[in-house]
Amino acid sequence: MKHIISILIENEAGALSRVAGLFSARGYNIESLTVAATEDPSLSRMTLVTRGSEDIIAQITKQLNKLIDVVKLIDLADSPHIERELMMVKIKTTEQTRNDIRSVVDIFRGRILDVTPSSYVVEMTGASEKLDAFTAAISPDSIIEVVRSGATGISRGEQGLHL
Amino acid sequence: MELSGAQILLQSLADEGVEYIFGYPGGAVLHIYDAIFQQEAVKHILVRHEQGATHAADGYARATGKPGVVLVTSGPGATNAVTGIATAYMDSIPMVIISGQVSSPVIGSDAFQEVDMVGITRPCVKHNFLVKDVTKLAETIKKAFYVATTGRPGPVVVDIPKDITAPNITVPYKYPKKISLRSYNPVVNVAKEQIKAAVELLLSANKPMIYAGGGVVLGEASSELTDFTRHLGYPITNTLMGLGAYPATDKQFVGMLGMHGTYEANMAMHESDVIIAIGARFDDRVTGKLDEFCPYAKIIHIDIDPASISKTIKKIAIPIVGDVKPVLKQLLECLKESKKKPNKKALEVWWKQIDEWRAVQSLEYDRNSDLIKPQFVIEQLYQVTKGDAYVTSDVGQHQMWAAQYYPFDKPRRWINSGGLGTMGFGLPAAIGVKLAFPDADVACVTGEASIQMCIQELSTALQFKTPVKIINLNNRYMGMVRQWQEFSYQSRYSHSYMDTIPDFVKLAEAYGHIGIRIDKPEEVRPALEQAFAMKDRTVFLDIMTDRTENVYPMIEAGKGHHDMKLRVALGTSTDRELA
Repeated sequence: MKHIISILIENEAGALSRVAGLFSARGYNIESLTVAATEDPSLSRMTLVTRGSEDIIAQITKQLNKLIDVVKLIDLADSPHIERELMMVKIKTTEQTRNDIRSVVDIFRGRILDVTPSSYVVEMTGASEKLDAFTAAISPDSIIEVVRSGATGISRGEQGLHL
Repeated sequence: MELSGAQILLQSLADEGVEYIFGYPGGAVLHIYDAIFQQEAVKHILVRHEQGATHAADGYARATGKPGVVLVTSGPGATNAVTGIATAYMDSIPMVIISGQVSSPVIGSDAFQEVDMVGITRPCVKHNFLVKDVTKLAETIKKAFYVATTGRPGPVVVDIPKDITAPNITVPYKYPKKISLRSYNPVVNVAKEQIKAAVELLLSANKPMIYAGGGVVLGEASSELTDFTRHLGYPITNTLMGLGAYPATDKQFVGMLGMHGTYEANMAMHESDVIIAIGARFDDRVTGKLDEFCPYAKIIHIDIDPASISKTIKKIAIPIVGDVKPVLKQLLECLKESKKKPNKKALEVWWKQIDEWRAVQSLEYDRNSDLIKPQFVIEQLYQVTKGDAYVTSDVGQHQMWAAQYYPFDKPRRWINSGGLGTMGFGLPAAIGVKLAFPDADVACVTGEASIQMCIQELSTALQFKTPVKIINLNNRYMGMVRQWQEFSYQSRYSHSYMDTIPDFVKLAEAYGHIGIRIDKPEEVRPALEQAFAMKDRTVFLDIMTDRTENVYPMIEAGKGHHDMKLRVALGTSTDRELA
């Protein structure tokens, strides 16, 4: 099952490699990993998407907690949460396909950021599955480039992950 | 008080109560060595190879419980230390390793003797630091000791660029008395309900087993374990790392368990209905085949590291995350308060069964051989040292024989590389132990292959007057490799034999020590007595043992506890060895 692990970690050089190194050393897989500073510049927030059995996820969270730099973490999959990922797609267009592509972008509530006579750059946010659905809806021959940020997430309600 | 970085480092170590640092100088640490020269509080032990420094500091830490301290230079000095750091990491030994680094401005430029020490050691340390600011140095040293010695202990590396220790930059010095890290809280409180549930389960057992490991030694909880075990009257087994945590000569002790454990310990584990694992981590050398591990048991697991729980063995009935010492105290209190008592009748039946397994005498060997049996040597060592020596070992057959035939009654007496299995550990570790306890008997049980991996430390032993006794069980083979090749590769002894072995007597003499070669069984006892009588000399006993002797019993790879290979197979009277 897919898990989104949200980590509050000291904003120190090497903190990211401690997390990444743990995953490679213990043979866990990472689907995506995003990291950026928080409102408190001494802390970074990391969102890590991984898959595994309950046993493996339990080990992953324990091993992450064991890292000295990790302050706190939660598995967002344990409770109601919002997941978002940003994607930008560069799509080949022709006179004939332009309108069709635009209507698909509208259906998915995407935005067109850049237009040339032969291409669009489309921006879209949403849960990862929605982004997958959009790329599946576009003919693979017309996709020039896809850039995805990896998922980030936040829990619903007033509880938050902070010090 | 304004001090340079190098002086701050030394003063911090002194304020931390450090007695010895084990090290080797080089370019990046020259400022530090200059500061060492100008102080007396911390004594420096000059090793002959950085691996030796880490093992010596490790041996010191294992014997005393205090953190071992290492100082190495950048590049090759740092990489040479990595094996010793990983050794300490696998066995949760508190160590602080100071490594020199090239100057901050040239980091990343492939400078002379530059290596990314923080990167290289990341997977084999509890934590590591790169010091970027001399004003943070004292605080970083404090953090390093705090992290290394609290919670589940482990090695911590502090990488210090050369410019940080420069003599011309001085800053005010103040060593923090206390430190806390918001991201690290090693103290955990155990819920009373967990203790009650554990006691309930323990008292419901018909075939209980206590399985205690190195965590009891590290947590200084031997006397609590002993009280707890005696109160219950249950059988107890120790892991390789736990030997000495419970007195091995006590009648409730059924020996070591696992791959080369006793028949009674492994059979009792297999048949047990309630097991309490105390400071042990269900290592693969202990469990054998996971699917067949303790099929009838409900398991209580006490460990300070939450990640140890359900890591290999998933079916833990009652997990208790906490420090063994207070947890054992709480358990004993709760046991004493409980109206329920251990099931006496069931326990009687259980002990009767265990005694039957004991009667198999799985550690028996041919005592009438004309050849020197390695087991005999260890038994003689035990008698000559009255069971009170510190015994370090290298890795291989000799390590298992030392574990099997030298019953340790006290913790911290048995010093070996259990997790990583590092050949070359024994001699430098013995030097570290001898420095900590100059009046104690210190023996290094080794083999002719292992000893050559850190033989250069014989020179350190002379310079720093650490008269240890080296018991070299010389079978002219890498014995454990040969044994596996005999069992699993139809005796194709691929490279487990060295065509040239040095004359260890001459070698010992060349290093300024005494070497004695022993060829006959009757020479063993007098030679040991002679060696231990020479209090101020390092003695190298080169003992020519039976070349084909194997370690029994053995659980071969992929088998369960009940499926042991015994020297004399049950129900037969002939033995390959004895025939």
